[in-house]
Amino acid sequence: MPIIEIKKLYKTYYAEEVETPVLHDISFSIEEDEFVAIMGPSGSGKSTLLHILGFLDEQTKGSYRFNGKRMEDYTENEIARIRNNEMGFVFQAFNLLPRTTVYENVKLPLFYSEIPEKEWEKRVMEAIEDVGLGHRTHFDTSRLSGGEKQRVAIARALVLKPEVIFADEPTGNLDSKSGAKIMEILRDLNKKYGHTVILITHETSVAECARRIIQIKDGLVASDHKVKKRFDTRNGLNK
Amino acid sequence: MKLRYTFKTAVLGLRAHKSRSALTILGIVIGIMAIILVMSIGQGAEQLILNQIQGFGSRTISVEPGREPKGPADIYEMFTDSLKEKDFKALQNPANVHGDNKVEPFVAYVDTVAYENETKRTNIYGGSKLLLELFDVYPDEGVMFDDTDIRQLAGVAVIGENIKEELFGESDALGKKIKIKDKTFRIVGLLPKKGRVMMMDVDDMVIVPYTTAQKYLLGIKHFHAILIQAETEESVPLAVEDIKRTLRELHGITDPDKDDFRVETMQDAVDRISIITSVLTLLLVSVAGISLVVGGIGIMNIMLVSVTERTREIGLRKALGATSGDVLTQFLLEAIILTVVGGIFGISGGALFSWLTALGLTHFGNLDWDFVFPLTAVFLGVGVSATVGLVFGIYPAKQAARKSPIEALRYE
Repeated sequence: MPIIEIKKLYKTYYAEEVETPVLHDISFSIEEDEFVAIMGPSGSGKSTLLHILGFLDEQTKGSYRFNGKRMEDYTENEIARIRNNEMGFVFQAFNLLPRTTVYENVKLPLFYSEIPEKEWEKRVMEAIEDVGLGHRTHFDTSRLSGGEKQRVAIARALVLKPEVIFADEPTGNLDSKSGAKIMEILRDLNKKYGHTVILITHETSVAECARRIIQIKDGLVASDHKVKKRFDTRNGLNK
Repeated sequence: MKLRYTFKTAVLGLRAHKSRSALTILGIVIGIMAIILVMSIGQGAEQLILNQIQGFGSRTISVEPGREPKGPADIYEMFTDSLKEKDFKALQNPANVHGDNKVEPFVAYVDTVAYENETKRTNIYGGSKLLLELFDVYPDEGVMFDDTDIRQLAGVAVIGENIKEELFGESDALGKKIKIKDKTFRIVGLLPKKGRVMMMDVDDMVIVPYTTAQKYLLGIKHFHAILIQAETEESVPLAVEDIKRTLRELHGITDPDKDDFRVETMQDAVDRISIITSVLTLLLVSVAGISLVVGGIGIMNIMLVSVTERTREIGLRKALGATSGDVLTQFLLEAIILTVVGGIFGISGGALFSWLTALGLTHFGNLDWDFVFPLTAVFLGVGVSATVGLVFGIYPAKQAARKSPIEALRYE
């Protein structure tokens, strides 16, 4: 059973009686353990698609099944719980809490989880080690570089070991070298721990780090193919 | 999310904006402080008055001319001349008012006392020896005039400490002659410093025989009051009944509603003053309460600003698994913590100021003022401030909880 399955998905924004169709008739499914890049130029609707997949937004028409169950059939609290421990989010703008340490930021999802408090520290430390920030644990996040901030965000996304990690232009605000590091981490998470990773990007080099690329153009799936030769991140991304 | 974590989160949220939080709670601090101050001073004032009344004697019964006014038309009834010498004699008679009671006729007015070139406007009291017993003060120089002086309408006077100071300064006053209106009075006794008893300043008193005051100073035949000291506190209610019956018989009154006198015990006065101070306190507390409402609106305002400002944080929390309920609780708790902290500062500030007030009144106001800090005020203060937080925090918290995660994350 695919973890994500969308069929004939439509999304239209309405602002002051002006209809803006963003997605029309999108269908695909993603299996567990996949590493998928959704690609497209800005305005193609790829962000909107990711938000719908991440239960942050709702489609106008069509069906979206997560773990086999239709989105409409989840209650509000179930949705909150799924966002909490089955999905992890990494945003382009990092979205860390200001004036707080790395440790506190990574701990945030645990507040809303069922995990007993005595396991929190172990979980947080593991996640921080996984992104290679052990030496920065008690740093205030404002003192970190952009790449380090994004790694904090990744640690936060994986602290509850979610099934799916969504990354919205995770390298968009980073230089080529830090971006490459982020992509290596995401690749490791997918390979070593079997997290399903879905990222969106408009950069080919980033997309080619994944194993499958879904091209979105003008709200439609333009192409959907496997990556033949995965991008080598050793010399940074092509910016 | 457990409440404990929500609480922690709320505290962190507030600590991130220390000076704003401090300014926000200022309104609550001042409001609660005002309430505590008013309550404390109200109770202190009541205590002071009660102490003075009790100092005057809980056995004292006062009979005054005119009935208790029951309507505007009755006001003039309060100033009748219905208590005369025969009433005094009748009340003295143990066959009428049972027990070993002390009965004291009483007149009082304000006039100028003169000695050579010095003059002083003060309270002139016409009474007998018993008046001093009621005030519990006795001459430390000279003597009190006696019944013979009263019978003879003698021109003799006993004066308080302040009068002696003002008129005679350091020089000897005993035996000197003072003038009130055109009547000459010889000073036979000097009272020691005593202060106020039942709102009357003993130190400012000039006491003369009531007969003399009636004839030469006031030109009246009635009394302003007859004071009766019952044998014991327990015999007061019986004595009151006896007094009423005696006077009604004497004045030929059958219907108690047509009484031309009124009888008041110290207990009545205590009750009445308690009501007055309670009403005054309530009034002032309500005024102070308005400032709490203003403070609450301030809290709501800042919480709304805070919710808007932290839109992205709200979006993030929802994206990480916070339910709308979690967000609601977080912001509501922030408001309540703000107001309760404000309440605690207010209570402390109120206690401090009422203590300083008590200190000031005792030292400079020359009053026997006790610092009263009602425990109920503490609970009231905390309870009221928490309620203000709840009432004014719910709207901003709902606004926060309603935000959709994606709208909130997109917010710039």
